[in-house]
Amino acid sequence: MSHDHNHHHDQHHHDHEHGEGTILSEVELRVRALETVLVEKGYVDPAALDALIETYETRVGPHNGARVVAKAWSDPAYRDWLLKDATAAIASLGYVGRQGEHMVAVENTSTVHNMVVCTLCSCYPWPVLGLPPVWYKSAPYRSRAVIDPRGVLKDFGIELPAGKQIKVWDSTAEVRYLVLPERPDGTEGWSEEDLAKLVTRDSMIGTGLPRQPAEVAR
Amino acid sequence: MSMPDRSLLPDLPCDAEGPVFRAPWEAQAFAMAVALHQKGLFNWPEWAQVLSEEIKRAQAAGDPDTGETYYRHWLNALERLVVEKGAATADMLGETAAAWDRAARATPHGKPITLR
Repeated sequence: MSHDHNHHHDQHHHDHEHGEGTILSEVELRVRALETVLVEKGYVDPAALDALIETYETRVGPHNGARVVAKAWSDPAYRDWLLKDATAAIASLGYVGRQGEHMVAVENTSTVHNMVVCTLCSCYPWPVLGLPPVWYKSAPYRSRAVIDPRGVLKDFGIELPAGKQIKVWDSTAEVRYLVLPERPDGTEGWSEEDLAKLVTRDSMIGTGLPRQPAEVAR
Repeated sequence: MSMPDRSLLPDLPCDAEGPVFRAPWEAQAFAMAVALHQKGLFNWPEWAQVLSEEIKRAQAAGDPDTGETYYRHWLNALERLVVEKGAATADMLGETAAAWDRAARATPHGKPITLR
């Protein structure tokens, strides 16, 4: 899988030189104002903000969820625990925190495919998947996932057998879902570490399937 | 299985699995909401409610809501809750933003901008 297209646009419409001064954009000014006031009043600590950002940019991400899935694939007792009490099973691997307080794992099977959306805004299980991708937050996904899940999956390049049931789970501020995808064939005897390489972010949202064994280097 | 070419699907924008913030202010706005929640200024159901109202309001005002403007909605929600919960007043935020604007304009490009 290639990562060649990276929507990390450098939005440098600000910070340009205008005469000798610096022009900040309207949103930058509003964010700076909020931070200044909130720091002055003791509501936030700048160092804590930096630590939060660092966590979400580097340490928290889909690789956490991939470990959960890989463990469930290799350890039947863990899988049962995950399906019964996802919050505790996930916390046992150290993935705890905001927006992951009430997790529910939904398992894909030969007859059922699960897909997660938040029709209200963009609730998402941060501790296991990091922050949501742009499309997850978009109005078309939020509305179409419920009305036409099969069509949305087609947009993502996934065609499911006609007989397969699709269940769409609507996240709320209280409950977050993690899809447990089906373990790909041909992975018997793989270590958890290798299995985790097969697990994509989208496969844990239900808009994708895991990679095939031939696609990853072991 | 190859990656589908989602660039052909204008109504389902997509990003790579990489960094999630496209500008530093997005990350700052995100972190402030999380920090204020930790501090107990609001709970998540309140946050989700205000954020979804801001998204609906932007949509009604013509925002395509493709996810690109998500952190604008986030910032609107954050300002609204901060004011509603009495952590700051709208005037205070407006005056401070204006002070930052003056400070920035008075600061040569490349130098750190400081207030006062």
